[in-house]
Amino acid sequence: MDCIIVDDETAARAIVEQLCDTTPDLEVVATFSNAVEAIKFLNQNSVDLIFLDIHMPGFTGVDFVQTLKNPPKIVFTTSDTDFAIEAYEYEAIVDYLVKPITRERFTKSIQKVNSTAIRQEEPKQNNKQNGKEDLYINIDRRLIKLKFEDILLVAAKGDYITIKTQQKPYKVHTTLKKIKEKLPERTFLQIHRSYIININRIIDIEDNSVLIDKNVIPISRSNRPELMRRLNLL
Amino acid sequence: MKETPNLEYIKELAGGAKSFEEKFIAIIKAEFPNEKEQYLQNLKDKKYRETSENVHKLKHKLNILGLQKGYRLAVRHEEDLRYEDTKLKDEFLDILNVIEAFIKTL
Repeated sequence: MDCIIVDDETAARAIVEQLCDTTPDLEVVATFSNAVEAIKFLNQNSVDLIFLDIHMPGFTGVDFVQTLKNPPKIVFTTSDTDFAIEAYEYEAIVDYLVKPITRERFTKSIQKVNSTAIRQEEPKQNNKQNGKEDLYINIDRRLIKLKFEDILLVAAKGDYITIKTQQKPYKVHTTLKKIKEKLPERTFLQIHRSYIININRIIDIEDNSVLIDKNVIPISRSNRPELMRRLNLL
Repeated sequence: MKETPNLEYIKELAGGAKSFEEKFIAIIKAEFPNEKEQYLQNLKDKKYRETSENVHKLKHKLNILGLQKGYRLAVRHEEDLRYEDTKLKDEFLDILNVIEAFIKTL
């Protein structure tokens, strides 16, 4: 069984690595001091198990789990028992180890990992657009065709949304939820309760905002993991 | 009575593997002084959230070194700092000083 260890503390990584090294059929293929590096690795490689520290600065273990589309089995490691309830909200979380981890408890955890089957999430099919490449919007009784690729972002304000394209913005009387259903999931992503963006149009991402054309769009904490997952990180 | 740091947990984990013990001691020796310094600096600068994060990291080492009472104090101190309450800072510093002295003997 191949595993990785994600923990910002060197000492904690060394302990889990030692426990793994002395466990039959368990191989540590990589260790990471931060979640982003681990996500990059998982974009290119698959593993059977992740030992994941919940409490990491910037990007927590829970954020990390939300980022993974088809997560392998995960064992949370932490100093805080308070996180236990939150940990088990995710199906991939098989166990929860409180530091300092004893060998006996670690062995039980591995037994639990071996006996737990994870239901792999089916790839999301988005057939709503049936291969369509455009969207018609009603502006002053005129149906205007917008190509998906030309849409930069959609912003909601009150009862209206603004569809921003490279050429001009269009104000339409509808909701963000309704237009989201019309946009292809492969290209568009809601990153804030008031914004859907075309991820192909991102120029850069800094802290908690995305730059698209000249628009700086906030990323909400709950949407950030999905955005990170969708990026082709180097 | 003051608790004394020890390597019982590390030795148990190592199961006689000297290389692991040595590796672990090297990590503690390298990390602890920096973590203590960061903690003191953030405390001095009244950056309480960061100070709380520093205590979070340090408390794991207290646990590893068998300081269970010290660990419990660190948990309270970490929580207090989130509310900008520093009443346990002197007791916590005493514990850090004990660890520092212990590390120098390794």
